[in-house]
Amino acid sequence: MAKPRVKVPKKAKVGDIVEIKSMIGHKMETGLRKNKKTGKAIPRKIINSLVVTFAGKELFSAILYPSVSANPYVAFNLKVPGSGDVVFTWTEDGGKTTTAKKTITAA
Amino acid sequence: MTDKIQIEVVNRRTFVLGASAAAALVALAPLGSTPASAKAWGDYLKEAIKGATPVEGKVKIDLPEIAENGNTVPYKVNVESPMSDADHVTDVHVYATGNPGPQVISAKFTPMSGKAYVKGRMRLAKTQEIVAVAQMSNGKVYMGKTTVKVTIGGCGG
Repeated sequence: MAKPRVKVPKKAKVGDIVEIKSMIGHKMETGLRKNKKTGKAIPRKIINSLVVTFAGKELFSAILYPSVSANPYVAFNLKVPGSGDVVFTWTEDGGKTTTAKKTITAA
Repeated sequence: MTDKIQIEVVNRRTFVLGASAAAALVALAPLGSTPASAKAWGDYLKEAIKGATPVEGKVKIDLPEIAENGNTVPYKVNVESPMSDADHVTDVHVYATGNPGPQVISAKFTPMSGKAYVKGRMRLAKTQEIVAVAQMSNGKVYMGKTTVKVTIGGCGG
């Protein structure tokens, strides 16, 4: 998995609804494609889940399927309850995980 | 002399093969055709909502009317809800009804989300209807639909 890119505002007011954007480089191999030389199916390898927590509590999670484009991009909202860390965890088929962390400072 | 020529030929062939393989990757090609055993999107929906009856409304799904490239089609789902502890959206499921694997994403929200909103990019095999279904904390289920014309399918079309 390539390095994730996340966009989280550094500062926000308590009660504001902010947009959080995340993207991670990944081919999202569907498992339906065939190797043109050998005719064998290329095994499925996708990122199957994204879990996002804010200050230790679950904020948003998603199960991703092969119909998601390569380099999966997911954006969602957070109603800022105060300062805290936003932690992203992506899980690939096979169980490998990648994480990213950003801090929001509430004003 | 003849040896040299042969080597050149081989090199050119491997180059061509390599290039076509690279091109296939870039095109992110075929999701392939629908296997006969594949479940329809409705079956997945029934599994997800466990017998509830979806009511049309409250769910807004935005996609371009015409998608030139089916490999990455941006989508946006918005569900009307106060997102309070007592009344909020818990799950949103998105289905691309004409894809070999109709499930796109199943997102879970919490009252902390503030708004039941999710945005991303999906693959579309062909011109088809996209359905978004929202499950509320009170057990109600709402849905929204839209149709997208796909010029070049992202799944081998």
